[in-house]
Amino acid sequence: MPGAAIVADKLSKWFGQGEAKTYAVKEVSFAANWGEMLYIVGPSGSGKTTLLSMISGILRPNSGSAKVDNRDLWSLSDDELADFRLNTIGFVFQDYHLFSRLTTAENVAIPLVLQKRSWDEALRESARYLDVVGLADKANLPPTKLSGGEQQRVAIARAIVHQPEILVFDEPTASLDGETGRKIVSFVKTEILTAKRCILIVTHDSRIFEYSNRIMEMEDGRVTGFQQGQAV
Amino acid sequence: MILAYKLLVADKGKYTALLVGTTFSVFLMVQMTSSFAGILTKASSTVINIGASIWVMDPAAPNGILSNVPMPDYVLDAVRSITGVKYAVPLYSGAALVKLHDGTYQPVTVIGLDDTSLVGRPKMLEGNINDIFAENGFVVVKDEEYHKLENPQIGTEFELNDYRGVIVGIATVSTGALFGTPTLYTTYYRAIHYIPSMRFTISYILVEPKAASYVPYIKQQVAQLGYLALTNTEYQNAISSYLKYKTGIGTNTLLMTVIAFIVGLSISGQTFYTFIIENLEHFGALKAMGAKGRELVYVIIFQAGFTALAGYGLGVGLSTLIIAGAQFRLPEYASRVTYTNLGMAFLMVLIIAGVSGYAGVRRVLKIEPFDIFRG
Repeated sequence: MPGAAIVADKLSKWFGQGEAKTYAVKEVSFAANWGEMLYIVGPSGSGKTTLLSMISGILRPNSGSAKVDNRDLWSLSDDELADFRLNTIGFVFQDYHLFSRLTTAENVAIPLVLQKRSWDEALRESARYLDVVGLADKANLPPTKLSGGEQQRVAIARAIVHQPEILVFDEPTASLDGETGRKIVSFVKTEILTAKRCILIVTHDSRIFEYSNRIMEMEDGRVTGFQQGQAV
Repeated sequence: MILAYKLLVADKGKYTALLVGTTFSVFLMVQMTSSFAGILTKASSTVINIGASIWVMDPAAPNGILSNVPMPDYVLDAVRSITGVKYAVPLYSGAALVKLHDGTYQPVTVIGLDDTSLVGRPKMLEGNINDIFAENGFVVVKDEEYHKLENPQIGTEFELNDYRGVIVGIATVSTGALFGTPTLYTTYYRAIHYIPSMRFTISYILVEPKAASYVPYIKQQVAQLGYLALTNTEYQNAISSYLKYKTGIGTNTLLMTVIAFIVGLSISGQTFYTFIIENLEHFGALKAMGAKGRELVYVIIFQAGFTALAGYGLGVGLSTLIIAGAQFRLPEYASRVTYTNLGMAFLMVLIIAGVSGYAGVRRVLKIEPFDIFRG
């Protein structure tokens, strides 16, 4: 898998018009490589999540381009973008967004169901990935019966069950204690990250910096610098 | 669709509220329209039970259920002479009082059948129809009103307008009368002899055409005589129209049905909309994960449709159960579930589902995955 996984070129996103125009992200360019775990860090309001949304096909930029696996994202139609998100991206939302009325296994199966796989097949795959994240025995419980760390792992299982190439984590440790947060990210680093995968993590939790390959710093919508991660 | 189903039924409280709303609405709609259909059917009981192809009557009483205007004998002769008439016979239909053995009086409907042909005779349960020609012979209809005559048997004597009457047979008919009176059949001659009447005595002339193609011509010729000829179906429709548009029954039923519809729409619509709003972030998450807008629309349509169909089934079942239960205890209870009623309730429940779903679809299509992503 040669080349960069993600290439962002002068991506900009602003809200409002005229005097009310405010840049959330301003001409950000960067590349992320296969097999890399890239952190996007910065204070609140620095544009981390907006940038992550633009390179995962969720938010259309006002200018600039984003290429993922050599595909120009923002030249795709809405349906193609949805397919791109479904097949290429695995999301781990800050609040997990697990379906509280479904079982853990059913939650994990959702991306496969969206891919039109049969319900039974989706549940079988789901069980396999729950095993990967160490929650095989919690398959039939609703997420509300799980701890924060366990819910995070369910969200990770859901993000990887359809084997996407790009994984995006938004503040994965925001609602976890330090020990659990480190365990989760360590698990992602050792078990989920492969040479054929690229992981982007938006965070401002310095306790997990040690697991990154590279850290991209942002402030006021701009990239202010790169640091080599401690895991290199 | 399994996911849509799971998301719908997983929230048992909300789903129950949705089902209850739709079921209640369907129940009310079916109940009201069935009662009306029952009244319409019973109002046409004589027409249905006699079953003649063409009814000739005085147009002064076109509804034919509250009264009829007796016709002179020459009209019968004139109708018989119309080309295309196979036969035409007189029918008497009137009310009388029967004195019961306990001394009380019971109003009855007396049907007088043509003496020579007995056209319109009922199906006999006991006895022979020919016994109706016996002295003072009457055939009693064993319907929901039968007990009001103290459950007479063959040979039971009674008094009708100071005349002696004898039950010579027990019959059954397909539809009971609307006004809760027992029915006695006798011959035309005996009916007009026993029951005080006006100068003219023929309530209706029952006509059988030689072929269906003669019907328009016969109707035209009868009209030229100054009378009205209606086919069986036309006559039933005329009675229905009379009840629908010239009495308050139709308006009341329509009003109650509309209220039921509004109640159903309010409960189900509001509950379903709340259900969608509460699950909005889930729909947003699905959208972020790659669900297309139209797929989410299918999910909502499925959920609204599934709830509507389940509620419809339960509502119809509940209505049928209650109607059957009521008729078991109160045989004269006028209620009839017809395909038209079911179709109308189905249409209304589809409208409820459509409106509820539309409101939900609008909200779901507007949600941006970015809003979910940034929490």
